[in-house]
Amino acid sequence: MAAKPKPRIKVPKEAKIGELVTIKTLISHEMESGQRKDKEGNLIPRKIINKFACDFNGAPVFSCDIDPAISANPYFEFSAKLTESGAFTFTWTDDDGSVYTDEQKITVS
Amino acid sequence: MKMNRRQVLGLTAGIALVSATGTRFAFADAPATEKMIMDFAGGKMPATGKITLTAPEIAENGNTVPISVAVESAMTDGDMVQSVLILAEGNPNPDVATFHFTALSGTAAATTRMRLAKTQNVIAIAKMADGSVFMDKKEVKVTIGGCGG
Repeated sequence: MAAKPKPRIKVPKEAKIGELVTIKTLISHEMESGQRKDKEGNLIPRKIINKFACDFNGAPVFSCDIDPAISANPYFEFSAKLTESGAFTFTWTDDDGSVYTDEQKITVS
Repeated sequence: MKMNRRQVLGLTAGIALVSATGTRFAFADAPATEKMIMDFAGGKMPATGKITLTAPEIAENGNTVPISVAVESAMTDGDMVQSVLILAEGNPNPDVATFHFTALSGTAAATTRMRLAKTQNVIAIAKMADGSVFMDKKEVKVTIGGCGG
């Protein structure tokens, strides 16, 4: 098992009301697909992040159900259109039940 | 001809399978993909247009293939994209991801990176709030497959 998954997120600090802001997220995770075999020929069990969600002030912006075909270090780019300042919360859910979260503030004027 | 219970059960299962796969329009090599499209679309035949899937023509490394989807939509109450399903016909499991959009998304567009085991079609299907379904398909040639071995 690699180090604890670490999220990296790019959100602009400021935006205008109604402007389309681009959000880029990445989390370090090996996304073991459950298809690979180890040296002895045993299947390596599946361990992936199976859900990603982005909320803004508690309201859902974007979410994604993930299957093993998503690459290691899953990357998502999407957009948001805001009318008020606030904070984005990002949530990744692991197959083993762990939840990784991060938060980013944005000023909307 | 006399049959015992087990043979009868096997035969009926076989008939059921044939009739289930034979009725719908068929993707040449991907009945599993076809079934997923039908499940997602609610049994409707997806129309073309509105949705654009962007993927490279040739992917040197099947482990990280960048793909983007964009759906034409105002993202208001009357014209809203609910979700977009991404499928890869030739992978061990065809499903790749499902994106869910909301009014806060502003636009129904997203980018991610996916694995492709071999040269194959990648399919994106958008489901709108009014129930209509749109589909786009791109062939990606893969030099080195990305599902381990």
